[in-house]
Amino acid sequence: MKQQYINKASNLIESEPNKFKVKDLRSEEMIINLGPQHPSTHGVLRLEVVSDGEIIKEVVPHIGYLHRCFEKHAENLPFNQIIPFVDRMDYVASMNSEHAYVMGVERMLGIADQIPKRVEYIRVLVSELNRIASHFIAIGTYGMDIGAFTPFFWVMRDREHILRLLEWTCGSRLLYNYIWVGGLFYDLPVGFEDRCKEFVAYLKPKLGELDKILIDNKIFIERTAKVGVLPLDLAINYGVTGPMLRGSGLRFDLRRVDAYSVYPELDFAIPIGEGKMGTVGDCWDRTWVRMQEVYESVKVIEQCLEKLTKEHKRTKEFDPQALVPKKIRPKAQDFYIRAENPKGELGFFFRTDGRNDVPLRCKARGPSFVNLSVLPEITKGVLLADLIAIVGSLDVVMGEVDR
Amino acid sequence: MTNSLNLDRIKEIISAVVGEELSVDVNATPVCITISAAKLLPVCEAVYKHPDLYFDTLSCLTGLDNGKEAGTMEVVYNLYSIPFNHHLMLKVVLPREKAELDSVVSVWRTANWQEREAFDMYGIIFNNHPDLRRILMPADWEGYPLRKDYVQQEEYRGITVKSN
Repeated sequence: MKQQYINKASNLIESEPNKFKVKDLRSEEMIINLGPQHPSTHGVLRLEVVSDGEIIKEVVPHIGYLHRCFEKHAENLPFNQIIPFVDRMDYVASMNSEHAYVMGVERMLGIADQIPKRVEYIRVLVSELNRIASHFIAIGTYGMDIGAFTPFFWVMRDREHILRLLEWTCGSRLLYNYIWVGGLFYDLPVGFEDRCKEFVAYLKPKLGELDKILIDNKIFIERTAKVGVLPLDLAINYGVTGPMLRGSGLRFDLRRVDAYSVYPELDFAIPIGEGKMGTVGDCWDRTWVRMQEVYESVKVIEQCLEKLTKEHKRTKEFDPQALVPKKIRPKAQDFYIRAENPKGELGFFFRTDGRNDVPLRCKARGPSFVNLSVLPEITKGVLLADLIAIVGSLDVVMGEVDR
Repeated sequence: MTNSLNLDRIKEIISAVVGEELSVDVNATPVCITISAAKLLPVCEAVYKHPDLYFDTLSCLTGLDNGKEAGTMEVVYNLYSIPFNHHLMLKVVLPREKAELDSVVSVWRTANWQEREAFDMYGIIFNNHPDLRRILMPADWEGYPLRKDYVQQEEYRGITVKSN
């Protein structure tokens, strides 16, 4: 048998060299390598840290360990077959990514305004369920990073209910391929609305408990308040979006700004960081904004369920695949679409030539990728323990950073 | 996605910087303006600083390869202004053999990683970039994977790369 890989120290050094050289360091300074297998880096993020004792001088993120060539694959696949690849970018919020991608293709085809209201409400319902699941992961693992173990188990328990619900709709727990260009894979299963209502009733008191045990916890506040402050101008210049931008105090949510899908018909608030425990834009604010967004998503889910059981009820004639085109061939154009994911603005840039079923170019602008790029700026001069708190508060999913 | 900004006003401001007629693609969403590589940095500074435009975010930077026959590569900038809520697409066409243009990191710092990605995938050189290294691929990887004529290497450090 052929030996596949010979482990040599030089391999790592040559394939992903450090930016800083040992000989250039001043006395007392040292290079610490954090990751890519470190549990608190949320996947395979490697950080090259130049530190002077406990104080951090420079952080250089090394990414690409989960690179799966999404964009190269997309150049060889028809539009509808790209959807499963889109799922695998942000694998904890696949429904939201699908929604963004499908919306872009529908607008290019010019069928976006023909989509039935019931389909749109189902899309928003499952996206918001997934948004809660994603924020639960963010809050739970963040607590675990800085020493609070219990909340992690609590949110994983509640997230399991969401995953079961979504599994019931389409058969898979994380990578759904549920939202299709022009419609949906299936209608909601019979009885879904009632079960979802039960879940919402179950979830509401649990959110209060989570608030009490984690967000308002004195130890948690001590670890996160006034740590990793991201000023608003820096955030905008770095293209930071999502809860991180709102944590820095800007009321900016693409669900409101772009008013896509049925979001204009729904009532929800946009929470922003207010610096209640420290400074505006610190780690606590970002986590608090995520927690508040969970409450808002619950509100949206309740309204969707209301609509889905009254105005846009299940009927026998309703076919969620009625508008699904046989051939997806948009006319030649450049197109940029964006939507609000749990992590921020997910954008897709398409170039089509009008003669092919495959896009000439499909670029994904991942919010995690852009949000992570601000890390070297906000970690200058902090303590090593705070670095872990800051990385956790960014809530990056490496599947989306590396694509 | 609506473009609430008056297109004539944008053209007026940009052509004052460029000093010639602009080629505008109204088919694209948002509207796309093609500019030459030499004028990129002045145009970006102008649309960032001008009080009527104020494009304060660079949402997306895309590299593109048009293939060997066309002999060109492109870099596409998707700009967005948060206070005015308007969009703009800028496009720069480069020759394939000498794909070089100025970096816009001095205007939007988010371009740092996005330009590194374009360099990594297409080999487009961004002049005056503070830290132009490969970002997603290993530093000793051969070739630029998203080019149309890219051929995968057979082996990488004892790992068979090519699948049949």
